[in-house]
Amino acid sequence: MKFTRRETMLMALGATAATMLPGRAMADVDAKVAEFTGGAEIGEGGLTLTAPEIAENGNTVPIEVSAPGAVSIMVLATGNPTPGAAVFNFGPLAGAQSASTRIRLAKTQNVMAVAKMADGSFVQVSQEVKVTIGGCGG
Amino acid sequence: MADNVKPKVRVPKTASAGEVITLKTLISHPMESGQRKDGDGNLIPRSIINRFTCDFNEQNVIDVTMEPAISTNPYFEFQAIVPETGAFTFTWYDDDGSVYTEVQEITVG
Amino acid sequence: MKNVNLLKAAGLVTLLACANTASAQDDSQLVINGEIEMITEVAAPDYIGGLKTAYSGWRFRNSDMQAMQLDDFENPAAIAVDEGMASWSKVDGSEGKSCASCHEDIEGSMAGVRAVYPKWNEEAGAVMTLASQINNCRTEQMGAEAWKYDGTEMTGMEAAISLQSRGMPVNVAVDGPAHDAWLKGEEMYYTRYGQLELSCANCHEQNADNYIRADHLSQGQINGFPAFRLKTGGLVQVQNRFKGCIRDTRAETFSPGSEEFVALELYVASRGNGLSVEAPSVRP
Repeated sequence: MKFTRRETMLMALGATAATMLPGRAMADVDAKVAEFTGGAEIGEGGLTLTAPEIAENGNTVPIEVSAPGAVSIMVLATGNPTPGAAVFNFGPLAGAQSASTRIRLAKTQNVMAVAKMADGSFVQVSQEVKVTIGGCGG
Repeated sequence: MADNVKPKVRVPKTASAGEVITLKTLISHPMESGQRKDGDGNLIPRSIINRFTCDFNEQNVIDVTMEPAISTNPYFEFQAIVPETGAFTFTWYDDDGSVYTEVQEITVG
Repeated sequence: MKNVNLLKAAGLVTLLACANTASAQDDSQLVINGEIEMITEVAAPDYIGGLKTAYSGWRFRNSDMQAMQLDDFENPAAIAVDEGMASWSKVDGSEGKSCASCHEDIEGSMAGVRAVYPKWNEEAGAVMTLASQINNCRTEQMGAEAWKYDGTEMTGMEAAISLQSRGMPVNVAVDGPAHDAWLKGEEMYYTRYGQLELSCANCHEQNADNYIRADHLSQGQINGFPAFRLKTGGLVQVQNRFKGCIRDTRAETFSPGSEEFVALELYVASRGNGLSVEAPSVRP
């Protein structure tokens, strides 16, 4: 297909504009959520995310997710260059549908968890974690 | 290629049948996120543990897909039901193809 | 008059209340692995005029970070400690020895050692730190190469050795032959360095528990070194920290292993005499 010069320029402009949109990072998050849920509606409730309000250091932030009856729980660091943190898939011998780990947060951001429940429904929860940069501790 | 990758797990030695126990696991691994730059300004390529599984006597307890936001020396804490005497197998899968395993037995009495 | 006094009293109470929300003064207890009771608060020794009470750095951290020290498995330094322990039994150098060849079990031979370092060594005619003693053993007894003073092998070994004194009160000698070095360290502590003209005391004595930008200042006690710093994701050697602090005043800083830092380490250790050896601790 042959484009006119005008069309080519407009396409290039559009492409550039798309990459410069502030929503780019959120697009990654949306894509990951959509992949996990298959586009299904997401509700609330039955999923707990425990994370500190203030993380003295972004390298090692302890978090815990828990959703009784869930099949899997996805955790996203929505403000990181790559938001993916983990997807916990619970097997038949899981003693509880909960798990703890430590994640890296590049800056103050919302940490989000989405759970897939046994009946195929989805719920989500998110919490802001402030990440401080000490500034003097070397 | 990560060297000196050592797994470490904490599993109780005994349990009663059907008891829910807490497992803790750790593995030394830099979890190179792919975001850092070296001295010359080149991006250091991503090299992380991308999956962790825990099975008990061939049944799955947990299967974790891991991405770069997991901290260096990945740590997990989770619960397992222990139906009978047997062994827990912990497996970590590295981006570079290596697979690390740790096995711990538990007695149900 | 009665009203004014009431107001003053209220004001005082509010001030005290504010002071009490500061984490150093809360009553958190540190018990490791459910058994080792740690002293994180103690009356400062009388030769340290500027402190009434010594608090471990642990008391200044938020509860998530404090929790990481409760259990040896949770402590991010766990892996470095394992490596230090492995290193203890590893043969190295021309003499075909490992630490274990002379010292046998680390548990037996190293109990109480970390608690009294830095200390005067008669043969060397100088104050030795744990690191300088480790390197002395390596070069003189094992015929092995000295480790980088603040490198990974050194901090791993320091952590493994410190573990054998964990819980015991720090008890460095400040008098006798070590006294001159101690005086030198004291002088350094109160000397303003760098473009920013900051002394250790400006932050860690006069402003402990306050914030400098977003850093919650501790008293700068070193009972927890080598410390696992979350910032670097590894163990940090005490003199490496000194080097960083002085560099942060925008001064030309000193080197780990230098006479200045050995003197400073002895002095700073004495400011915490009585606090439990807490290494390897977890710090931001």
